[in-house]
Amino acid sequence: MTDVMTRLEPGSRAASRGFSDLTIRNLFIIPTIAFLIIFNVFPLLYSLWTSFTDFRASTTAPANWVGLANYRELLNDPFIWRNFTITAKYVLISVTGQVVVGFGLAMLLNRQIPFKGLITTLLLLPMMLSMAVVGLFWKLLYDPSFGIINYFLGLGKFEWLADPQVALYAVALVDIWMWSPFVMLLSLAGLSAVPKHLYEAAEIDRAGPFYTFFRITLPLVAPILMIAIIFRTMEAFKTFDHAYILSSQPTTELIAIRLYKMAFLEWQTGLSSAFAYIVLIMVVAITNIYVKYLNKAKAR
Amino acid sequence: MKRYVYRLLAGAAALAFMVPAASAQELTIFWAEWDPANYLQELVNEYEAETGVTVTVETTPWQDFQTKAFTEFNARGSAYDMIVGDSQWLGAASEGGHYVDLTEFFQKHDLGNVMAPATVKYYAEYPGNSGNYWAIPAEGDAVGWSYRKDWFEDPEEMKAFEAKYGYPLAVPETWQQLLDIAEFFHRPDENRYGIAIYTDNSYDGLVMGVENALFSYGAELGNYETYEVEGILNSDKAVQALEAYRQLYQYTPPGWSKTFFVENNQAITEGLAAMSMNYFAFFPALVNPATNPNAANTGFFANPAGPDGDQYAALGGQGISIVSYSDNIDESYKFLEWFIQDDVQKRWAELGGYTAHAKTLESQEFRQATPYNEAFYQTMFKVKDFWAVPEYAELLTAANQRIYPYVVGGEGTAKEALDALAQDWVDTFKKYGRTE
Repeated sequence: MTDVMTRLEPGSRAASRGFSDLTIRNLFIIPTIAFLIIFNVFPLLYSLWTSFTDFRASTTAPANWVGLANYRELLNDPFIWRNFTITAKYVLISVTGQVVVGFGLAMLLNRQIPFKGLITTLLLLPMMLSMAVVGLFWKLLYDPSFGIINYFLGLGKFEWLADPQVALYAVALVDIWMWSPFVMLLSLAGLSAVPKHLYEAAEIDRAGPFYTFFRITLPLVAPILMIAIIFRTMEAFKTFDHAYILSSQPTTELIAIRLYKMAFLEWQTGLSSAFAYIVLIMVVAITNIYVKYLNKAKAR
Repeated sequence: MKRYVYRLLAGAAALAFMVPAASAQELTIFWAEWDPANYLQELVNEYEAETGVTVTVETTPWQDFQTKAFTEFNARGSAYDMIVGDSQWLGAASEGGHYVDLTEFFQKHDLGNVMAPATVKYYAEYPGNSGNYWAIPAEGDAVGWSYRKDWFEDPEEMKAFEAKYGYPLAVPETWQQLLDIAEFFHRPDENRYGIAIYTDNSYDGLVMGVENALFSYGAELGNYETYEVEGILNSDKAVQALEAYRQLYQYTPPGWSKTFFVENNQAITEGLAAMSMNYFAFFPALVNPATNPNAANTGFFANPAGPDGDQYAALGGQGISIVSYSDNIDESYKFLEWFIQDDVQKRWAELGGYTAHAKTLESQEFRQATPYNEAFYQTMFKVKDFWAVPEYAELLTAANQRIYPYVVGGEGTAKEALDALAQDWVDTFKKYGRTE
């Protein structure tokens, strides 16, 4: 810092401004830290406190400390457990679908094909769309009377969203369509980084395509695929927009939808804060498991 | 640099002081985004012409209406001077201190007699029979029915109907007739369906739809004064009513699992259904040939009576309240004084607003103004509403969770659904200390 100051020409305009390096650094850092404290740390701690109270933001009544009552109420509520079960099922279907489709597309694109750049760009389009818009137009695509899905598949008046048993798969299918390109993109990056000489060596050793895939391709792409899975799992847990627009079946009420209703329709602020913390703990726990596997995959 | 920053800060401060304080000559009314809000804007433009006070009707889509209103209330914000809020909000908004108590204003202007009794009871008073008023009935509304006149009047159809059911095909006067007609016209092979009903369980769509059956079958949601639910909500009559609603669902077009006012109007405009349930406020689109190709063949009727002759409909509509945090409360009172005048209410009705003003409602001029006004007039004296307690949203959520799987998914029985719902509501009232 002193060096910089001493290097400045005495009497120059910069020196006359009188800002040291430390001041300049603080000018950049303090607003960011203040922003984080005000908009991230404070709400996080405040919501933790409200999760132990009966606070309702819609009333002027003071918040009363209720200890673990909110957590107990939530964990004893069969509807909440149903929401968790539905969400787990949704995450499993959606992320598995995205990995299979996304990785498959990446494998196809990881070879010389005409218009490869154009095809890749077109395949990436779904994830660039607004989720609400995607929800609205998939609702039209699924329509039993005039939707083109039933028309092309010859399914007549099949009710994708009205059938409680099918609705969750229909919602997950939209998520797969939208986010497979994300997995594809990361997988493509991983595949292009696999050294070519390994495939040449495998070819010389007359290794079959399955052996090459499971012994070379998959292990080397696994770390980056794991990152894609972590991201997609966390996102799938938070799914709200298109699920809310597409269906109001109890069988598609994901935890984010239930949380929204609890917090902003019912104004049960304390209870919904507790719910949000339960979800947070679950997402952190699942992410940790993934990270453990990621580290293992890297170590290999 | 320091000097430059100081100058910049000083400039910003000066600018902040120069911004004029909110003028009392401007009022903002918050409402949902729909045609009546546009009519209200037209009406308040006349207030501006008379008084020089600018009144803006600010709107937001229905889906956000409740959330946005309560977010503003919770922040004690003064963005809105008045709000045309849902009747269910009365408890939450009055107990939360968000609405100005209008009891004195109500009594001074004898609004209990000036406005239609049901609108006073459900749009303005909380708690029930307390004599405390928090809103002025502004937009009266209730659920009614539209139907395809040409289908009903087709001689072949009439003949076939009478042969099958033993009585002539006409506008249904009872729920049994409604069920028969829905069954009769339900012909999926011809892309023609019996009926369109509310099924959306995101907010109050499904519950409002079911209420039309419940109230007309002589059932109640509970005792609004004692909060007693058990044996009332799950009474035999309520079970029959819910079974009837489930039966109606069998005659809806395919994919009718998340439908509210938009879809139910589409059922008529697209020629899908013979009859469609909807709030009267959405009927203007059905008589307009630009929005309904079947406008000339669309008729309207009030919710039919149940087996014992009870005839009630679910209440829609809203009252206008003054927001406690407004900077212009006195000016808002002046606006309300203008709004409740006979000639203003008459003008409100002429513009398309559904006045709750008894004298205007009863006038032949109003009743003959549109093809649906007569049905509206008949309905507005036979309406009932949902709970208006602060925890109404929790009651709605429980109702959606219990009723939807039965009506749409066919899971369990009506009795099981209502027994479970009664227990949920008992627990909710206990939780908030309303019952022991």
